[in-house]
Amino acid sequence: MPLNTPENGARRDWLGCLARAPEGRAAQLLTSAGLAPEFEYLRPPEIGSVMLRGRMGGSGGPFNLGEMTVTRCSLKLATGEVGHGYVQGRRRDDAQAAALVDALMQTGMATEIRHKVLDPLYAEEQTRRAARAGKAAQTKVEFFTMVRGED
Amino acid sequence: MYVAVKGGERAIDNAHAWLAEERRGDAGVTELSTEQIREQLALAVNRVMAEGSLYDPDLAALAIKQARGDLIEAVFLIRAYRTTLPRFGHARPVDTAAMRCERRISATFKDLPGGQVLGPTFDYTHRLLDFKLAADGEAPRMPAPPAESQPVPHVTGFLNREGLIEEAAPDDTPPPDLTREPLEMPASRPLRLQSLTRADEGFTLALAYSTQRGYARNHAFVGELRIGAVAVEMDIPELGFAIEIGEVTLTECETVNQFKGSKTEPPQFTRGYGLVFGQSERKSISMALVDRALRWEELGEDFTGAPAQDTEFVLYHADNIQATGFLEHIKLPHYVDFQSELELVRKLRREAGAGDTPEQMEAAE
Repeated sequence: MPLNTPENGARRDWLGCLARAPEGRAAQLLTSAGLAPEFEYLRPPEIGSVMLRGRMGGSGGPFNLGEMTVTRCSLKLATGEVGHGYVQGRRRDDAQAAALVDALMQTGMATEIRHKVLDPLYAEEQTRRAARAGKAAQTKVEFFTMVRGED
Repeated sequence: MYVAVKGGERAIDNAHAWLAEERRGDAGVTELSTEQIREQLALAVNRVMAEGSLYDPDLAALAIKQARGDLIEAVFLIRAYRTTLPRFGHARPVDTAAMRCERRISATFKDLPGGQVLGPTFDYTHRLLDFKLAADGEAPRMPAPPAESQPVPHVTGFLNREGLIEEAAPDDTPPPDLTREPLEMPASRPLRLQSLTRADEGFTLALAYSTQRGYARNHAFVGELRIGAVAVEMDIPELGFAIEIGEVTLTECETVNQFKGSKTEPPQFTRGYGLVFGQSERKSISMALVDRALRWEELGEDFTGAPAQDTEFVLYHADNIQATGFLEHIKLPHYVDFQSELELVRKLRREAGAGDTPEQMEAAE
């Protein structure tokens, strides 16, 4: 396996973001950016499962926790770049959109894709997470000690 | 015989057509969408995902609708669907220390780094029916300024520093998988945990409760209960590195149990562990208690004969799909089996009535 190079790190980030994006959102952003490049499938969108694992006691040896649905897709642009997409759930269009974005990020259009697709996805995810974290923070218990009346 | 089969087919088709009609109920009442089930019956969805052993809220919602709210039937549908999916592989173990906690409480420490976060809980509600929910009302809102989620350390980590609690040392032995190999005894702890996380909630709760009442008592405290989203990471061969392929909401419970020590272990606290799909608090606590009870042998405790200590009893009866499959099959036609039983009983009665059972004949001679 290749090392964790900075390039792999960046690719890891955008593939993760695409995997977590809400249904239809990545495809929608691609379309509104007017991006529909020619490609051929290396692996047409395919629905399957992945076995998740936990660790005993949170940090010990692994155990199987149950499966999750996943859709994956691999494709090659007419210009030769290969893209892979893995998304949670049963979402063929999203897996294809993820693979397309992954491939396009390896072309001269990377900056445009980042602006028009990835940045909005990151921002929207950030907003969703911050909203829930904000609600959780409001339910944090503030203990106070009762002062006894003798001094 | 052939004629009876044909008649059965027609009756079955009609029964299913009626089932579909009854499922819909009064056509004058708005139909329930699977999105409504997913969003508004989320805890039922979570239970179906956990016991169906497949994380997919949309599918679980569909199964609940199709099963008319019969959750075990819904779990059955999910288990059946699961078997049709090709498995791409396994994910890396989830890192629950990095969970974005929406609820995180400890019954053992009041002041702990990260604090006590109640989250959307039924605790402290008065359990009075809220008739406002029966009327159309505005969607309630809980206004809150956005915040950044910080990972919070596990409570057991504090006790670990003093060596007062057993360690859960990292280890990367590939775990056994009961969806691939049949469940066999003796079952290792990873196999027990896989079985328990998808076990029937009612069964697990009852067993856990039995330990509290004195059957294999191990006096559990909830060291920590946390609910939130964790990332799912998987090694992708075609990429050559791991990526996040999604995120799941999990409930994790760590119990801290009294332990007097044994021949091999010093007096210290021991641990039980629960980790379940979705917001599944009761199930997760129950799982941790049963996990701890099943660890008697490795901790050098006595087997008291309690059901919760009996691995074979627990694991072979915890799966509600296996249980309901065997239980419900006895209502299906057993005409031939029963005919032979009937013949046997008639024969025995004839013999008994005639007073000529072998023993009586012997006595007469």
